[in-house]
Amino acid sequence: MSRAKGNGKAPDVGLPGDTPLVLAREGAHGLVVHALNAVAREAGIGTGARVTDMRALCPELIVADADLDGDTRALERLVLWCRRWSPVSAADGTDGVVLDATGASHLWGGDGPMLSHVQETLAGIGFSARLAMAPTHGAAWALARFAGDTRVVCEDEEVAGQLASLSPEALRLNGETVLLLRRLGLKTIGALIDIPRLSLARRFADADDDRSHPLRRLDQALGRVAEPVFGPVDPVRHRALVRFAEPVMDVAPHVAGLARDLCRRLARHGLGARALRLAAYRVDGETGTVDVATAQPNRDPEHLARLFEGRFDWLDPGFGIDAIALEATLAEPLEEAQARLDGDPEHAVEIARLVDRLCARLGPDAVVWPGLNESHIPERAESWMPTFGAVLRMPGGICSVERPLRMLDPPEPVDVLYSLPEGPPAQFVWRRLVHRVLRHAGPERIAPEWWREPGSARLRDYYRIEDSDGRRYWLFRDGLHDDGRGGPPRWFLHGLFA
Amino acid sequence: MNIMMPQTLPRVAVRVAPREVLHRALQMQPASARKAPARRARLCEVFADDRDGAGAAAVLAMAVQAAGQTSGGARDGRPLLWVQQRMATHEGGALSARGLAGRVPEGGVIRVAARNAADVLWVMEEGLRCKGLAGVIGEVWGAPAVLDFTASRRLSLRAEAYGVPAFLLHLSATPRPSVACERWRVRSLASSVHPFDPQSPGEARWDMELFRARWRRPGRWIGQHDRAAHRLDLAAPLRAGALADEPGEGKRQSA
Repeated sequence: MSRAKGNGKAPDVGLPGDTPLVLAREGAHGLVVHALNAVAREAGIGTGARVTDMRALCPELIVADADLDGDTRALERLVLWCRRWSPVSAADGTDGVVLDATGASHLWGGDGPMLSHVQETLAGIGFSARLAMAPTHGAAWALARFAGDTRVVCEDEEVAGQLASLSPEALRLNGETVLLLRRLGLKTIGALIDIPRLSLARRFADADDDRSHPLRRLDQALGRVAEPVFGPVDPVRHRALVRFAEPVMDVAPHVAGLARDLCRRLARHGLGARALRLAAYRVDGETGTVDVATAQPNRDPEHLARLFEGRFDWLDPGFGIDAIALEATLAEPLEEAQARLDGDPEHAVEIARLVDRLCARLGPDAVVWPGLNESHIPERAESWMPTFGAVLRMPGGICSVERPLRMLDPPEPVDVLYSLPEGPPAQFVWRRLVHRVLRHAGPERIAPEWWREPGSARLRDYYRIEDSDGRRYWLFRDGLHDDGRGGPPRWFLHGLFA
Repeated sequence: MNIMMPQTLPRVAVRVAPREVLHRALQMQPASARKAPARRARLCEVFADDRDGAGAAAVLAMAVQAAGQTSGGARDGRPLLWVQQRMATHEGGALSARGLAGRVPEGGVIRVAARNAADVLWVMEEGLRCKGLAGVIGEVWGAPAVLDFTASRRLSLRAEAYGVPAFLLHLSATPRPSVACERWRVRSLASSVHPFDPQSPGEARWDMELFRARWRRPGRWIGQHDRAAHRLDLAAPLRAGALADEPGEGKRQSA
């Protein structure tokens, strides 16, 4: 169930099958084992142990970082995915899913066949699952984790019998309570059932939650107390679909109608689309998709339909397209807005739509806004980002020395005549033309940012240069003659002034 | 020219001296309005060398000034759209945010990276349709085949129809036929003297040659960007008296 951080691949890809592998998370005293494979378990490693200790136990151990957030998100998706068997499902702890199969199992041919179907389907997507079907949530939890078999069906009258031989841990109790019960000599749930209720209730009267109250847990497992399953509600999908009587080769004329339909649905929920996906279902079962995004939530059908213009080249119609669906994969709240008195939309809205059209054709990073960072290194001092509507503002505390309007990226090396060791440039050759320097200002020394760069980074002396034709450049000398960080310094042309 | 005599003038004046009143009304109009009948958005082309930052700076100054004029002088925070062809970025450098600071009003600049000249033209046409922009600047390197007379006509019509001024900056190109209202050639000039340090470059100055214009007489000026007023100042060069002979454009004027 656990996954490794990083590329999203399973951590054991490319490793031989007999490699012990663990996923580690941060513990109080260094890394601890979060999850492990079967080989590692055979080697005697347990979850929660410190990775350094386990390395001593098993030197060839491979350790990868656990992605806990990724696990949580994957579990949330899996919970929704499991609704194919029953409409009520919820996450159960960090590593389980509970389904309320009341009235659903007969659709799959009974309890046993349903469990085997679930197990096969989960195996198909790469999960090894332990399953149990029981009348109560607590009993199913216990049997799934502590029964010997990976697939257990427990009938109504068998609950007490099947639970009796399991350890008290199977009652979803916390570690302290389990330890306490063990010290009291209660090694199985059966022993706990035999204790009179009154004495158990009195012993655990001050327990403040279910996890430290064995009697309450026992009641839940045996069905004396109701424990309904509360799952997340189904996310609303904003999707418009049109099916064709005859397969079509060109979907472009139908997109406008789909967009109108989708926008009506979005308007009902007060939403606007931020990302759209057009899916074309071909007669041979293939699906082609086109994705577009918008800078601001939008539900103007004409605008949304226009974003797909010229994007249908990617859709291979094959023998024809049966149906197309337009889905808002990301929707955000959008209030009804009033147009201006002259009937035009607001400027910001208009620009957002322009940006959508440009990005749909040129790519998501083609339209950028300027941003300034607090750094003296010129490349790092500014960043052009695709953040909609960023306003150019000088951050405080940064000197207001004139900077070139155009910057070369990367800086181009130039051959410079200058008086050693640190004189200003007198003449330089850039792109095979000689520029004679008439006036200069500088140097402006910019030291490397030692907290970001390697120790071998050299300082830069920047000069503002005006040549004999009046052209103004920004040159810098990379390093000093005797700084011991490489050979003689090189010169670069970094920018062109206004 | 709107002179609504029957409504605005007293009947006596109309009857007594209509010709004189008309003459006086003409006198009161500013000289620039007399030459260009409608001060509206249009296409303007600038030719510059790609080894020189003067072209970009002059275009920026023109665009900022035009933005102030089209919106009635009010700075309403509308941004400029600056489209750069990839080749122009490679050869002449990319627009720098630090360099822009202080040169543009609060609306700022949106930069668009286009692969080729056809994309630049498409982006410009889309941008000109958007009234939320203060102006559209397209930057093209060399003389691509798509940038022909028809393309300039399309840009010009859109600029006039939607009221968004358009500027085309040609780097390393020779002028070809176009319908642009103004066509400039911009080069760097020796900068003005720095007030505190004669050794260092001062305020940038450009040699700006208007070699074709529809509403005004071509000429040659020394241009300078007045950053505080967001204006392009044009001054007649000292020894070019023949070019500055027009009465309205004597010493110093604003384009």
